[in-house]
Amino acid sequence: MTKPRAAGRTVGGLRPLMLQAPAVTLLLLWMVVPLGMTVWFSLQRYNLLMPGMTGFAGLENYEYLFTDPALWSAMGTTLLMVGWILVITVVGGTLLAVLFQQEFFGRGIARVLVISPFFVMPTVSALVWKNMMMHPANGVLAWLAQLFGMQPVDWFSSLPLTSIIMIVSWEWLPFALLILLTAMQSLDEDQVEAARMDGAGPLSIFFFITLPHLKRAISVVVMIEMIFLLTIFAEIFVTTSGGPGLATTNLAYLIYIQALLDFDVGMASAGGVVAIILANIVAIFLVRMVAKNLEE
Amino acid sequence: MNNATIKRFCIGLLAWFVAFVIFFPIFWMVITGFKTEVEAVSDPTLIFSPTVENYVEVQQRADYFKFAWNSVIVSFGSTLLALLIAIPSAYSMSFLPTKRTKGTLLWMLSTKMLPPVGVLVPIYLLFRDTGLLDTTLGLVIVYTLMNLPIVVWMLYTFFKDLPKDILEAGRMDGASTFQEVFHLLLPLTLPGIASTGLLSVILSWNEAFWSLNLTTSSAAPLTTYIASFSSPEGLFWAKLSAASTMAIAPILVFGWLTQKQMVRGLTFGAVK
Repeated sequence: MTKPRAAGRTVGGLRPLMLQAPAVTLLLLWMVVPLGMTVWFSLQRYNLLMPGMTGFAGLENYEYLFTDPALWSAMGTTLLMVGWILVITVVGGTLLAVLFQQEFFGRGIARVLVISPFFVMPTVSALVWKNMMMHPANGVLAWLAQLFGMQPVDWFSSLPLTSIIMIVSWEWLPFALLILLTAMQSLDEDQVEAARMDGAGPLSIFFFITLPHLKRAISVVVMIEMIFLLTIFAEIFVTTSGGPGLATTNLAYLIYIQALLDFDVGMASAGGVVAIILANIVAIFLVRMVAKNLEE
Repeated sequence: MNNATIKRFCIGLLAWFVAFVIFFPIFWMVITGFKTEVEAVSDPTLIFSPTVENYVEVQQRADYFKFAWNSVIVSFGSTLLALLIAIPSAYSMSFLPTKRTKGTLLWMLSTKMLPPVGVLVPIYLLFRDTGLLDTTLGLVIVYTLMNLPIVVWMLYTFFKDLPKDILEAGRMDGASTFQEVFHLLLPLTLPGIASTGLLSVILSWNEAFWSLNLTTSSAAPLTTYIASFSSPEGLFWAKLSAASTMAIAPILVFGWLTQKQMVRGLTFGAVK
């Protein structure tokens, strides 16, 4: 595959370099400049509300940050959110992929309907869920609860984190389904048929044939979702604003509060550095996974 | 009716039920946009006389089209720019691969894992100092860089799948690199380029973090406009629904039309 095609076209590797230069340079700038600035600011006393107080702070910002219970709470919230949403979307997506793979009337239309939430902008889905679905008095869920003689749930005050997880899962379940459904299409029907002939039930076919076949697709889903889920913002911004208390404040939202509401650039930058480190721990593990996928 | 038919019927019923439940919030939003405010907050019903007054009012809030226009500019502008930068890069990666190519691709992907919030402060300050704050140009720049890794990856996947013989034959006939790219590569991979572009448009159109933080009024796209409805005084469900429907309709249709191809690009060809 790496065989150079025509001699003389890659003199000293110069041409590929030239063609890639714009993209590589821009991404390098995009990464290095703000990153360097974030690290620099994180070591400074820099609060936009107190212009007099400046200077080198050393690790002071980090000290405050790490002794602030908000950080640990936000980290926990971030991991809980990502973890739960991944579990819900991957398990749900796999089950739905098996369901929507079957032949039935109007399958094409049903599929289009079910993947639609993925295309809805997060601010819209958050607002629709907050007001029209989860509203404690006039929401559809409250109405349903009453219909079945149950007490309506005040979602955002009594189950804030669950509410956010539900909304974001609703957005990403279709994505998992979309990818897994595509992967299902390359499943070897003959193999399934042969297994059935040998007396395998639907469950063993699912666990021993379907699931291993989906392994690669699942890893792709996990990777892409993680990239986006680690930084969930709009859904929190629109619905709970991180509250009540810190119940739905993830790292992204915590830094946002510190930077743009408290105007504490130093602290916010320190939070940013922590977020970057957390993301990189995840990234190292993910990139390995993708690299392995590419080798195959 | 034999057993198989009954089974198929039940599966269909279950699948349609699931599809309906998942699609319901969108359906409900569209429906509510045609109700009066009083009907919107009363008990859920499907029986009402549809009105377009909400759409008229949303339009009268003069702003709407400005926000929509900003969305169009930033999502299409950033997509075009990203394609322009990514095509040469993806071309060289897929047709003139070196030992570094794979590493470069992985590195590009890793920049996508950089949490935007980690670099929000410097970008905000840079934008403030250069006057890019609350400008469409500023958003175009950010979205271009935000989508560039994914665009390069997708194009790379599509280019790599092209049979090499075709370009080879073109070169034998004396095509220059320029002709090769414009008369062979681009036309042949047009579906792939189009779906890459559409995904980039969708991601930009729906992006909320940067738009909420870097724009206030003059460059605000629809994500910001819709978010303004989260304030208590803006809570008119029917109007909110009408505005939301208008905000998502074009992108929803885009998504429906391109879902099949998007999967291939999104999974970097790892899922066939």
